[in-house]
Amino acid sequence: MNLSDILTMRHEIVLSVLALLILIIDLNLHNRDKHLIIPISISLFFVYTLVGFLPADKSVLFGGMYQTNPLLVMMKNILNIGVLIVLLQSVTWLKQEANREKISEYFILLFSTLIGMDFMISSGDFLMFFLGLELATIPLAALAAFTHHQTKSAEAGIKLLLNSALSSGILLFGISLIYGSTGSIYFDTITQLYRNTPLQVLAYIFFFTGMAFKLSLVPFHLWTADVYEGAPINITSYLSVISKGAAAFILIILMFTVFKTIAPIYNHILYLIAILTMTVGNLFALRQKNMKRFLAFSSIAQAGFILLGILGGNAMGMTSVIYFVLVYIFSNLGAFGVVSAIAAVTNKENMDDYDGLYATNPKLSLLMMLSLFSLAGIPPVAGFFGKFFLFASAASAGYYWLVFIAVLNATISLYYYLLVVKAMFINKSETPLAYFQCDNYTRIGLVLSGVGIFILGFWSQIYEIINSLSYGILP
Amino acid sequence: MNILNLFVIIPMLTVGGILLTKDLKQSRLVSAIGMGFQLILSFVLVYLYLKERQAGNTAAMLFTYDALWFPSLNIHYALGVDGISVAMIALTGIVVFAGIFASWKMELLPREFFISLIILASGVFGFFISLDLFTMFLFYELAVIPMYLLIGIWGSGPKEYSAMKLTLMLMAGSAMLLVGLLGIYFFSSPDPHALTFNLIEISKAHIPIGMQRFLFPFTFIGFGILGALFPFHTWSPDGHASAPTAVSMLHAGVLMKLGGYGAFRVAIFLMPEAAHEQAWIFLILTAISVVYGAFSAIVQTDLKYINAYSSVSHCGLVLFAVLMMNQTAMNGAIVQMISHGLMTALFFALIGMIYGRTHTRLINEMGGLMKVIPFLGVVYVIAGLASLGLPGFSGFVAEMIIFVGSFQHTDVFHRVITIVAASSIVITAVYILRVVGTLLLGPIKNDHFLHLEDAKWYERISTITLVIAITAIGTAPYWLTDMINYSLVPIVQKLSSVQLTSLY
Repeated sequence: MNLSDILTMRHEIVLSVLALLILIIDLNLHNRDKHLIIPISISLFFVYTLVGFLPADKSVLFGGMYQTNPLLVMMKNILNIGVLIVLLQSVTWLKQEANREKISEYFILLFSTLIGMDFMISSGDFLMFFLGLELATIPLAALAAFTHHQTKSAEAGIKLLLNSALSSGILLFGISLIYGSTGSIYFDTITQLYRNTPLQVLAYIFFFTGMAFKLSLVPFHLWTADVYEGAPINITSYLSVISKGAAAFILIILMFTVFKTIAPIYNHILYLIAILTMTVGNLFALRQKNMKRFLAFSSIAQAGFILLGILGGNAMGMTSVIYFVLVYIFSNLGAFGVVSAIAAVTNKENMDDYDGLYATNPKLSLLMMLSLFSLAGIPPVAGFFGKFFLFASAASAGYYWLVFIAVLNATISLYYYLLVVKAMFINKSETPLAYFQCDNYTRIGLVLSGVGIFILGFWSQIYEIINSLSYGILP
Repeated sequence: MNILNLFVIIPMLTVGGILLTKDLKQSRLVSAIGMGFQLILSFVLVYLYLKERQAGNTAAMLFTYDALWFPSLNIHYALGVDGISVAMIALTGIVVFAGIFASWKMELLPREFFISLIILASGVFGFFISLDLFTMFLFYELAVIPMYLLIGIWGSGPKEYSAMKLTLMLMAGSAMLLVGLLGIYFFSSPDPHALTFNLIEISKAHIPIGMQRFLFPFTFIGFGILGALFPFHTWSPDGHASAPTAVSMLHAGVLMKLGGYGAFRVAIFLMPEAAHEQAWIFLILTAISVVYGAFSAIVQTDLKYINAYSSVSHCGLVLFAVLMMNQTAMNGAIVQMISHGLMTALFFALIGMIYGRTHTRLINEMGGLMKVIPFLGVVYVIAGLASLGLPGFSGFVAEMIIFVGSFQHTDVFHRVITIVAASSIVITAVYILRVVGTLLLGPIKNDHFLHLEDAKWYERISTITLVIAITAIGTAPYWLTDMINYSLVPIVQKLSSVQLTSLY
């Protein structure tokens, strides 16, 4: 390894160093000073995020197991920005009495999952991919059970662990079938050798099942609501946004490179699953009152929209998926930010507690409204642009009826998002939540989400950059 | 600085100004000044437009402005106007200005109210000046958020239900519209690297007839839901009745015209072959709108519901005339858009003023108001006579041109359906005169009403502006119809050339 190799792997190496650094600092701090880890970790992570934006070239390491190019670096940077906002939003919760002993564990576990996601995105063969996947999933189960003395949290952790184990097993079986039929686990080799033989289609189905679990596609979504509800709210936002985003990224890369030859076959499967996911996610979200379950089902429906971009099949599809995930990160973190700020101060997570919120906390209500409208896809916020481009890429492949169903689903989703807006702005309440000040970290996190929601749409440069990188990758 | 950019900049500045204000008095003053500027600007635009035409400029669109926005998808921020857009912009300017004054006493959350109202208005202005389908759609959907809040927070009656129904149905319309627009985009050029969203360039291209047959219903119904096409009009009565006065004025007066304008400018203009083939289906639906809306208005007892169904009927007439696809009928459609926009704004303003005094909207509980509030009574009679088509007011001009133009079709189907639609004139007269009689004449039903105050200065500004506009168009319509005719010529040429080729 020389310097240029280290720079190629800079995301993973810097993050590993960061995690180890936090561990060492934690060992050397007195109990009463443990809270200092928070500003240290966040500032170090911010520096790491900036380091991630340094320019990168296309290169390959470890004999082809690890690959990187500007597109993958951009994907990792998008995830980093999301994690930064999640960290900022977690501060209030971490400072609570119950969590004071476990602050450094939170950061270390979170960074481990992020390292795993980075390796997963940068993988050059299925072994590295699987290693990254496992590293991304297992610490998450520990994080979901963070407040394990609350039964719901422990339940969330167990459910996540068991479901991930099962789906990883199925995915691994699919990978083994791919190896058996092509003789290699390297993406480049398999791309050339992949044909439509029944065994390889079967292998694809198993592989897709494993990934569909990560993305919460129907019918592999049953773990989502319970885990999202039981886990601490910041872990929920991390799961719904970063974990899902990373899975979407690696899925679209693999679908467009390794599994490209069976696109005519998998398009049928995706078509059905997209319709199922959007519809089931929306229908179940209609009845939810707990904000975490509500946002869980809404994120299931959003994952269905991502499939439309994959169905697009061309570079425009890849651009629209990446852009949509970026917009989705900001919108969802805006909504989760408000929910977590309220939950951290008042411990209330139910939609009925949000009645009359505008009278007492107007800025929070406004940000929540803008985030929900961005999730629904209404202008002038970025969600409109994200959804429009996604539908455009599906339409470019001729799937007009699917686009129609998708936009109808967006209308249904507007209904349940409006229920929250109605509660905050229109419903009157005798006992609305009292006015409270968020601490500085939360404020920065909320401002970042809010600003992002507006800028991402109107500043077309971002979409153009993503587009140029996508065109560069696809053959 | 292109004058059209000002139409979006001035509302943004006004909203910024309102954010700095503290209470009702300051916020309404800022809104009035801002929208006053916008009104003056729209008249200046009319004047400049006519001057350009007199100077011999024969381009289809004037005052064009084009900025590349998303290069990879060829999306531009493209602006431009022709005679039709200029007329619609003037209408919007007048109605918004009148609406601000009709909300002079908005006590609940006044700053948020005026901000939402002006964002709504800016969406409408942006729609009329856009030449790029993406930008047009963005401005079209911009109205969704403020609409829900305006009806849900400041409305009356079953406001949450009405707001939700209205928002969801209009979003469903946008859903269909999005499919249509994407289809138009991907077939706007045989070369996949030369696709465009630009309205004028797509009109020069030829979308394959197979796709047109699929896309035309989506696009037309998508716009038609907003334009009160039967059977998708059901959001309208509840929505208008529950909305606050200024919102009803703006919605019935201007937003429903977005539907008619869009159906004409996008659906029919860009897909003329399919329009010719499928017009008969939609003609039947719009004729039903016209007649059914009028009949429904007869049995209503709530003033706002009467006016809402009347709007369904008149906006249905707009779509009816647009589907006739000849020069005269389409000219009539545009005049009807402007005329009805002004009239319905006037009606809703008056209803709001009457309700503010009597606290009831049921006509059976009121009577003899002409003796007590003569100014409002007289203006109501004027509005009613204009609505039923009395010569001298704009309603007569619009309806006459529409029916003359529709009757120019010589085949049985068109003539019969024209007669059916024309029968709505009689039905309109029934409900208008019934309301005027019950409400304004006869004995006073409630002693509390003996001491009602007549119109204040801001209410007089609101109503007189609209009455002057209605009368001006009614007595001297030629400046308007000439302006519209000039811009209709290229559109009609395209429609008739297509019809000729399809005969062979």
